[in-house]
Amino acid sequence: MKEFFYATAAVAQAEIRKLRRDPTELFSRAVQPVLWLAVFGQVFSKVRGIPTGDISYLDFMAPGILAQSILFTAIFYGIAIIWERDLGIVHKLLVTPASRTALVLGKALAAGSRGLVQAIVVYLVALGLHIGIRWDLWAMVSVALAVFLGSCIFSTFSLVIACVVKTRERFMGIGQVLTMPLFFASNAIYPIELMPGWLKTIAFVNPLTYLVDALRDSMILGGHGMYSQTTSFGIMAAVFVALLVTASKLYPGLVR
Amino acid sequence: MTKADPTCSIEIRALTKTFDATCALDHLDLTIPHQCIFGLLGPNGAGKSTAIKILTTLLDATSGFATVAGFDVASKPVEVRRRIGYVPQMLSADGALTATENLMLSAGLYGLRGTERSARIHEALVFSGLESMSENLVKTYSGGMIRRLEIAQATMHRPEVLFLDEPTIGLDPVARRTVWDRLLELKASTGMTILITTHDMEEADYLCEYLAILHQGRLAVVGRPADLKAAIGSKATLSDVFVAHSGAVLEQGGHYRDVREARGTAQRLG
Repeated sequence: MKEFFYATAAVAQAEIRKLRRDPTELFSRAVQPVLWLAVFGQVFSKVRGIPTGDISYLDFMAPGILAQSILFTAIFYGIAIIWERDLGIVHKLLVTPASRTALVLGKALAAGSRGLVQAIVVYLVALGLHIGIRWDLWAMVSVALAVFLGSCIFSTFSLVIACVVKTRERFMGIGQVLTMPLFFASNAIYPIELMPGWLKTIAFVNPLTYLVDALRDSMILGGHGMYSQTTSFGIMAAVFVALLVTASKLYPGLVR
Repeated sequence: MTKADPTCSIEIRALTKTFDATCALDHLDLTIPHQCIFGLLGPNGAGKSTAIKILTTLLDATSGFATVAGFDVASKPVEVRRRIGYVPQMLSADGALTATENLMLSAGLYGLRGTERSARIHEALVFSGLESMSENLVKTYSGGMIRRLEIAQATMHRPEVLFLDEPTIGLDPVARRTVWDRLLELKASTGMTILITTHDMEEADYLCEYLAILHQGRLAVVGRPADLKAAIGSKATLSDVFVAHSGAVLEQGGHYRDVREARGTAQRLG
């Protein structure tokens, strides 16, 4: 068990060091949520075409844009894994006695940390746009946990895709194909109640829906989400464990 | 399961690997004694990299068996991994990290902690001659420095067997010589068994106590370099031995991926 912890920490530490050293990516990733909130969100707030209950449309979509920012960043994590395979780094990791799950978990935790930085960016933009964010400590801890878990889910999902497709070219195609449907088949920018039946079904099995709901509940609504926090976090944790197990099985196949 | 021979570091029996219709290894038999530098030669596509991948537990064999440091690679992969070091052909040191950080990563993966970890990292930096550059990013290093770091990384947990897949590919003669010296120093100081694949006959002649030449997935010949040369003729070179046993022809150039990897590594070492 100790060895598992050391290996996970070693991988996560190395990844976080690399991230800290190259903050340009964090800034470039920040552009998209800023545009969605400052341009799309402000315009659609004026239209008042989407019923969002007692809150403004901008308040409604801010958690969705944070979730989108996490999804769009994490879903391309697999490209880095394929690049590491081409450099021989994956080979080197796989010949160590470290558990495959520890190697995958270490990478997921690093992606989780990256998500937290994105959350700070979205909070700063939200502050500038006077979005009604709840600033109490528990709400912020809950948002941090959801962001962390969401980043772990989508980065590990990305790793699974990388292990299946194995080449950068195929991965880019699949990544593009997956991100927009995941985003639009969720409650990120409109309520599920507005969706047709078939889309509701997809939204129901889409983990992004539970991430958005957990974020919206903690950031804005304060206990009035569509699902309880236990349900949202429980489903997200289950999805992450399933992806972690799958990725741990598939990861060694990347070098074959 | 067949019992491992206690007098050898690596034992391979009827090892076979097929990829769809291609037979990469065809009933390979090979015994590698303790504490020697053993060279695995062969034209591209002869099965060298496949053999190394199976021995380092990266790939499963289709049939046959192999033991490394006394453990079956198929049934005891984690025990094998504890006892081996591996330097892949590609540049596996992370260019976005410093030498110290690369070594910290390896230390963590081998469960080294506390004062032992610090001591091993220091030892590895001294061994690789990178003490003064230890906090610089690896992407700023020369090819020879990166290779020395990778060897230090692969040996910081003191493995019994070290695998090196074309370790000097793309290096200039001076860098190549420093890598050779480090390997000889390592073998002399630790008694480690070193298995090396190479296309460089000078390297094979300089470093290896035993050589095996693979051809089309089979063992063509094995022996001491001097004996292999003598068997061909009094003035024979290792290149003559290679040509005589591999029967290499121009059309057999290995897989596209192997060639791409080799060229990519050479280009990065540039």
